[in-house]
Amino acid sequence: MDFSLFVVQLLNGLQLGILLFLLASGLTLTFGIMDFVNLAHGSFYMVGAFICATLTFATGSFIWGVLLAIPLVAVVGLATEWIVIRNLYPRDHLDHVLATFGLILVFDTLVQIVWGPAGIVVPLPAWLDGQVTLPGDIVFPTFRLMIICAGLLIAGGLYYLVNHTRLGMLIRAGASNRTMVGALGIDIKTLFSGVFALGAVLAGIAGMLISPITEASIGMGNEIIITAFVVIIIGGIGSMKGAFAAALLIGLIDTMGRSFLDDIFKIVMSSEAAETAAPAISAMLIYILMAVILAVRPQGLFPPKVR
Amino acid sequence: MKLMNSRAAIFAVAGLAMTTSGAVAADTVKIGFVTTLTTPAAVIGKDMQDAANLAMAHIGGKMGGKKVDLIFEDDGFRPEGGKQKTDKLVKQDDVDFVTGFIWSHVLLASRKSVLDAGKFLISANAGPSPVAGKLCHKNFFSTSWQNDQTPMAMGEVLNQKGVKSLYIMAPNYAAGKNMVAGVKRTFKGKILGVDFTKWGKDAQLDFSAELAKAKASGAEGIWVFYPGKAGGAFIKQYQQAGLQGKIPLYTSFTVDAIALPKLQKANLSGVLGSENTQQWSPDMDNAANKKFVGDFKKKHGRYPSFYAAQAYDAIMLIKSAVDAVKGDTKNMDGMRAAMKSANYASVRGKYTYGNNHMPIQNFYLRKVVKDVDGNWTTKITKTVYTNHQDVYAKDCKM
Amino acid sequence: MTEQIAPKEQSAQSEANTAARRSRRLPPSTLIMAAGLLFLAIVPPLAYFTGNEFWLSIFTRLTILSIAAVSLNLVLGYGGLVSFGHAAFLGLGAYAVGIPVHHAINGEFESIATTNGLFHIPMAVGVCALYALITGAISLRTRGVHFIMITMAFGQMVFFAIVSIETYGGDDGLTIYERSSLPAISLDNPLTLYAVCFVSLLLALYLVHRIVNSRFGMVIRAAKGNEERIRALGFNAYAYRLLAYVISGSMCGYAGALLGNFTTFISPEMMDWTRSGELMFMVILGGAGSLFGPVLGASVFLLLEEVMSDFTIYWHLPFGIMLILAVLFVRGGISGFADRLLGAKRDD
Repeated sequence: MDFSLFVVQLLNGLQLGILLFLLASGLTLTFGIMDFVNLAHGSFYMVGAFICATLTFATGSFIWGVLLAIPLVAVVGLATEWIVIRNLYPRDHLDHVLATFGLILVFDTLVQIVWGPAGIVVPLPAWLDGQVTLPGDIVFPTFRLMIICAGLLIAGGLYYLVNHTRLGMLIRAGASNRTMVGALGIDIKTLFSGVFALGAVLAGIAGMLISPITEASIGMGNEIIITAFVVIIIGGIGSMKGAFAAALLIGLIDTMGRSFLDDIFKIVMSSEAAETAAPAISAMLIYILMAVILAVRPQGLFPPKVR
Repeated sequence: MKLMNSRAAIFAVAGLAMTTSGAVAADTVKIGFVTTLTTPAAVIGKDMQDAANLAMAHIGGKMGGKKVDLIFEDDGFRPEGGKQKTDKLVKQDDVDFVTGFIWSHVLLASRKSVLDAGKFLISANAGPSPVAGKLCHKNFFSTSWQNDQTPMAMGEVLNQKGVKSLYIMAPNYAAGKNMVAGVKRTFKGKILGVDFTKWGKDAQLDFSAELAKAKASGAEGIWVFYPGKAGGAFIKQYQQAGLQGKIPLYTSFTVDAIALPKLQKANLSGVLGSENTQQWSPDMDNAANKKFVGDFKKKHGRYPSFYAAQAYDAIMLIKSAVDAVKGDTKNMDGMRAAMKSANYASVRGKYTYGNNHMPIQNFYLRKVVKDVDGNWTTKITKTVYTNHQDVYAKDCKM
Repeated sequence: MTEQIAPKEQSAQSEANTAARRSRRLPPSTLIMAAGLLFLAIVPPLAYFTGNEFWLSIFTRLTILSIAAVSLNLVLGYGGLVSFGHAAFLGLGAYAVGIPVHHAINGEFESIATTNGLFHIPMAVGVCALYALITGAISLRTRGVHFIMITMAFGQMVFFAIVSIETYGGDDGLTIYERSSLPAISLDNPLTLYAVCFVSLLLALYLVHRIVNSRFGMVIRAAKGNEERIRALGFNAYAYRLLAYVISGSMCGYAGALLGNFTTFISPEMMDWTRSGELMFMVILGGAGSLFGPVLGASVFLLLEEVMSDFTIYWHLPFGIMLILAVLFVRGGISGFADRLLGAKRDD
C-alpha cells in the first residue's frame, strides 16, 4: 500500500471525524443534560451553512461570514428552544422524535423558500484554497487542514468549559443527575436554553466549515445527523470525551472503508461487483460497530459517571 | 350527536374526494410532466419546467387546434416518488402523454405504469440502457440520448488527445453505471480505478477519499459524471486537492448551464477552457435554437441547460404528433408514426429515430468560455460523432 | 402548563358524563373503528366504480401501510418497545416477492424462481420472522433509547445490504414484472388487490386484538409498566418480548409482500430510516396502544400528504407545523383526542 496515500486518507478521516464531533457534541449535551432527543439538530448544520454563505457574499470574506454567522445561529437556536423545544422537555422520547421530525420539515422548507432550491457554492479566500506540503512529501488541501485545527481548538475549548468552569460543573452535574441540579436552586430553564444554543452553534460551525467543500444545500443535515447519533451512542450518551473518541473512530472507519475496501473485495469477487458492493458495505460498517457496542456494552465506551 | 357529526364529516370528505377528480374534458390535450421540484436537484427540474412553459408560450398553448393542459409533478428525486406521481397522472388525470424524467432510475420505475396504460412515454433526459434495448416499446420515445452515448464520445476525444490512462468516478445508480460503461467502451487506454459513490437524496458530496486515490493512481486524466449539485462540489474539491494543472479533468453532464453560474459566482475560474461532450449547445446556429435560447435568456436571465433544451424539444415533438392527427388523440398509430419521423424543428437541428425510438444524432465537443457579456457558457469546438446510434438498438426487437 | 391541566379536567368531567352513556352504548373507540372500517369497505370500491381508480390505489397503499402500522403498534404501543427499524421488515417482505419473480423471468436460482404467491407469502413471513428473531434477540438486551438506536442500526444494515446487491438493482430498485399468482384470484385486478389488502387489515386487527387480550398480551402490557413485578411473578419478560417482536415483524413482512404486489416496483429506499420514522409517526399520531389508532394515523398521514402536495411543492411546511402542534397539544394521538371529544375514557 502507498504510504503517503494512507497518511492522506488518515487526515481525511480525521477531518470527517472532527466535523462529526462538532455535531455530536451538541447532541450529546442536549441528550445527556435535558434527556432530549433532537432529530432536528442537523437543521442547525444546514442553517449555519446558508447564513454563512449569504454573509460570505455580503462581506466578501469567508472568515467574516463565519464570525458573523455564529451569533445568528445562536439566535436561531434560542428561538427554536423557546418556541418549541422547551415545551417538550417533560415529554417522552417518542414525542421528541415526532416533533423534531416536524421541525426538520419546517427548516428544510423554510430554507428552500428563502434561498431557493439550488444551494450555494461558498468561495474561499486564496490563501485557504490551495494545498500545503507536509513532511514526507504529502500534499493536503489547506482548508481541510484548517478544519482539523479549528475543530481541535474548539474541542480544547469545550474541554476547558466542561471541566474547569462553573457552567461546566453544572453541565457535568446535569448529565449525571438532573433532579439534583434543579433541587440545588439552579435556574434550570436558563441553563437548558444556554446548552441548547451552544449545541446549535457547534452544529452551525460544522455546517459553515463544510460549505466551502461541498456547498450549502437543503437537507444537508439529515443524513449526517444519523451518523452523529451513532457517534454519541458509541461514545456514551452525555459524554464529551466519548463523543470525541467515537467521532474520530467513525470518521476514520468511513474514510478508510471508502478508500481501501473495494481493493480488498476485488480479491474475492469480480471488480464490477466489488465496485458496487464496497461503498454500501463501508457505509454499513459504522452501524455494525454500533450494534456490536450496544449489544456488548450498551452504556457506550465512555459513559458519564453514575446517573 | 357528536358522533353523528364526525361520521357525517367523514362522508363529506369522501364526497369531496370524488368531485375533485375524474371528469375529463375531451377537448384538451393532457401532458404530464414528471421532474424534480423539491430537494437540491429541483434546480434541474426548474430549468426543465421553465423550458416546457416557454415551449407552451411559443405554441400559444395549443396543439392540433386543442387547448393543452400541462401538469407538472414532483418525483422528489426518488424512484418510488416518481412512480406514484406517474400513476396519478395516468389514472387520475388521464393524460395522453407523460414526459420529463431527469433520472434513469425514476424512469425505469415509472415506465411500466405509463406503457401498461397505453399512453405515450417521452423521456426528456434519462436514457438508461434497458429502455433502448430489451425493454424498448412502441410507445416510448426519447428527445435526449441513450446514457452511454455522451461518454462514448468523450472516450473517443480522449483517444484523439492521446490520453493513456484514466481514473473514473460516478454516482452509484443506473445512469452512473451506463456512463462508465460508455466511456470504457471507446477509451483505448488503461483504466486505473473506478469509484462509485452514494447517490440519491442524501448523495455523497465529499470526495476527499476518492480524489486522494485518483491522485495516487498516477492516471493521466480523471473522468467524472456528476450531474446537478454534485458537479459543482466535485470541481471545487478537485481544485482544492491541487489536481488542477496536474491531472486534467474530463466530464460528462457535469459542467453545464446548471453548474456554471454557481461556479462563476464563486469564481472557480479553473473550469474555463475545460471540455465536455453533448448533443446540443446554446450556441448552435439554427432558427429554432436561436428563438429558444434568446427568449429563455430574456425571460429568465440565464442560459438554458441541455435539460431545458430537451424538455423544450419534448413539447415540440408532442405538438408535431398531435398536429399530424389534427387533435384526435385517440389516433395512437397516427401520432406514433408522426413522432417516429421526428418531423419538427428540434433545437439541436435535424435528427432521426432508430428502431428503438432513440435519437440518431450528432455529438459535439464543447468548451467552457466567457460570452460577450462575461457570462460563462459552452461553445461547440468540433463534431465528434455524426449520426451516432446507441449500441443497445440491436437488442430491441422492434 | 395550562394545556397539561386541561385534559385532566376534561377527562374527569367526561368520566362522569359517560358513566351513564356507557351502559347504553358501545365504547366510542369501538364505534370509531366500526365507522372507519365501514368507510374503508364502501368508499374505495365506490371510487373505483365511479371512475376514480386513482383513489382506489391511494386507499390500497393506505390499507397496506395500516397493516404495517398495526404490527408496529403491537410492540410499540402495547409493549413499549420503540422499534426504529420496522421499515426493514416491509422491505424484506417486498423483496421476498421481487427476487423470486425476478429469477422466474430472468433465470438463475431455479430453487426460488417462481411467481407463485403461495411461495412468496410464507417466504416473506418466514424471512422476517427469522430476521426478527436474530435482531430481536440482540436488541432486546437493551432498553429505552438504546433499543431505538440498535433497531435503527439493524434497519440500516439491511438497507445497505440491499443497496450493495447489483443483481437486484442496488439503489435503482427492482421492477416486479408479474404479481404473485394466487389460486382463483388475480392481483392484477385493482379491486381484487384492494379486497385482499382490506381483508388482511381486518385479520391483522383481529389478531392484535386477540393477542393483547390474551394472557400473553397481559404480560407484554404489564412488562411495559413494571418489568420487575412481571419478573417477580415468575414470567420471563425477555422471552415474551422476543415473541411479540417476532410476531410483529412477520406481520409487517406480510404487509411488505402486499406492498411489493401493489407498487410492482421496490427499492432499498422503502427501508430507509426515514420510512421507519414514518411508520412510528403513523402509530403515535393515531394513538399508540389503541387498536385502531395506527389505522387512523396512517390515514391522516397519507391523505394529508396526498392532498397537500397537490396544492404546493412547499407542503412539507404546513405538514411539519401540524406534526409539532399535534405533539404539543394532542395527547394520546388522534384516537385519544377523538375519545375525549366523544366524552369517554380510552379503553386500552
